[in-house]
Amino acid sequence: MSEHIKLPQGSLEKQTTTLNFGPTHPATHGVFQNIVELDGERVMDATQTVGYIHRAFEKIAERRPLYQITPLLDRMNYCSAPINDMGWHITCERLLDVKTPKRVDYLRVIIMELARISDHLICNSIVGVDSGAYTGFLYVMQYRELIYEIYEEVCGSRLTTNIGRIGGFERNFTNEAFQKLEKFLREWPVVLREFENLFTRNRIFMERTIGVGPIAAERALNYGFTGPNLRAAGVDYDVRVHTPYSSYEDFIFTIPVGKTGDCYDRFLVRNQEMWQSVNIIEQAYKKVQEFKGKDAEVFHADVPEYYLPDKKDVYTKMEALIYHFKIIMGEIEMPAGEIYSAVEGANGELGFYLISDGGRAPYRLHFRRPCFIYYQAYTELIKGGMLSDAVITMSSLNIIAGEMDA
Amino acid sequence: MNNQTIRQKLTDKFGDQLTGWEEPYGMLTFSAPKEMNLKVLQFLFDDPELKFQFLTDLTAVHYPSNPGGELAVVYHLHNLIDNVRIRFKIYTDINKPDVFSATALYQSANWMERETYDFYGVNFVGHPNLKRILNVDDMDYFPMRKEYPLEDQKRTDKDDEMFGRVPLTQ
Repeated sequence: MSEHIKLPQGSLEKQTTTLNFGPTHPATHGVFQNIVELDGERVMDATQTVGYIHRAFEKIAERRPLYQITPLLDRMNYCSAPINDMGWHITCERLLDVKTPKRVDYLRVIIMELARISDHLICNSIVGVDSGAYTGFLYVMQYRELIYEIYEEVCGSRLTTNIGRIGGFERNFTNEAFQKLEKFLREWPVVLREFENLFTRNRIFMERTIGVGPIAAERALNYGFTGPNLRAAGVDYDVRVHTPYSSYEDFIFTIPVGKTGDCYDRFLVRNQEMWQSVNIIEQAYKKVQEFKGKDAEVFHADVPEYYLPDKKDVYTKMEALIYHFKIIMGEIEMPAGEIYSAVEGANGELGFYLISDGGRAPYRLHFRRPCFIYYQAYTELIKGGMLSDAVITMSSLNIIAGEMDA
Repeated sequence: MNNQTIRQKLTDKFGDQLTGWEEPYGMLTFSAPKEMNLKVLQFLFDDPELKFQFLTDLTAVHYPSNPGGELAVVYHLHNLIDNVRIRFKIYTDINKPDVFSATALYQSANWMERETYDFYGVNFVGHPNLKRILNVDDMDYFPMRKEYPLEDQKRTDKDDEMFGRVPLTQ
């Protein structure tokens, strides 16, 4: 019988165990594989395989007009799709040299910060799940639902939002959207406080996360970390402050930083960022309310070549009909240029490198996906630790397969 | 530190070997001969004033109309202390796309170079593990090159009712 079984060479003498962890495993929270080399329960080495949901977005984008690229981006980091959309619109506006009205900027800030909260609360509650505390995850879910309802009021969809247009929003925020936002601002801080009470000083949680998967600031920078994971290591780099976009310079907020870059610090940084996001939303909402009368009806910039005209104008006005047709058929030629523009995504610096040769679709579009870049540090983070720590480290890095594979 | 001083420092060091100075949308852009890429990157990394120690992005672009330099490898570098970004390009022949790997300088270049190899076939010399990352291992072409266009929207040779587009002529 033994001649039928072919074992890899050296596998009988080998003292370690090889474990296939993924591609579909409940603890990976996404489609990617880790081949882990174990000595007992201790991780000796790990190799990552990614690309299971690669969908060639960069190639597809080379055949699409700008507004048709937005739905692709929703499918990158689907936990905070609006940030991807807004980042793309901001990139296009910079390329086209469009200046958006202040009210649009503030409304965008509200949506982006809501998205950041929904992303961080998923990540933090999943860290809880992986350390055996399911309650937090179930408890905060209804507030993600509330955030999704706000998206629904604004753009009509929930997960893959396709929210906003080049120049602003497709329609003004309804009163219902603002009421839901007020409800969120009223109730969410209470829940977030309770959520923190469940974890922050919880002895079991602390022992499972303190000192697990740490990274020094220097290594983190060398590995290209950005976002909360870099800030947990003690570097206060945030695109919202360093290269403000969408009028972030009008808001007062602090950038929380950690010290050791371990799972506990990443958890705390994300929690503090949620508080800061609430703070920013409150400021932005106050600023939005200050617009009265005609100013309160501004929800897009004047870019007729890229912003779809009102439907009733299409039927009654020649200009609107022409632009409608040209936009829908993708017949608008964009200016030639080369631009790199970044926004602070929920996971870090989400960059768009767009080259236009003056055609109707980008000549080249590259996404700087933060997950993809910092996931390569995973082996270094988990080496020498326990297998169960590797699971927590992965969820606290917040690796989203959709963003990684693009 | 502004674009002028960066340009001045680089010109002092490398003379007229650096070409293609541009500032599209405010970001200083320049290119160098491909053999020099590591020298330039190392200088940008080590210089006590420039301190471009963060590799934001690494990718490639295919210009079929540029014979002898069809593939451009583009580095986006960031000085986090002074908050300045620059873009650095090298051009390589598509028939001999050998470029020195920046992995010794930046750990983050590892997967980014693998991705660039995967989609454009740039052969990064000195990379510890240069193999495909997002595409399947046995793929035998580099899909982001311009000679592989996306499907023609008007093609009519597909007649598979379940999967293809039904021909318009029917």
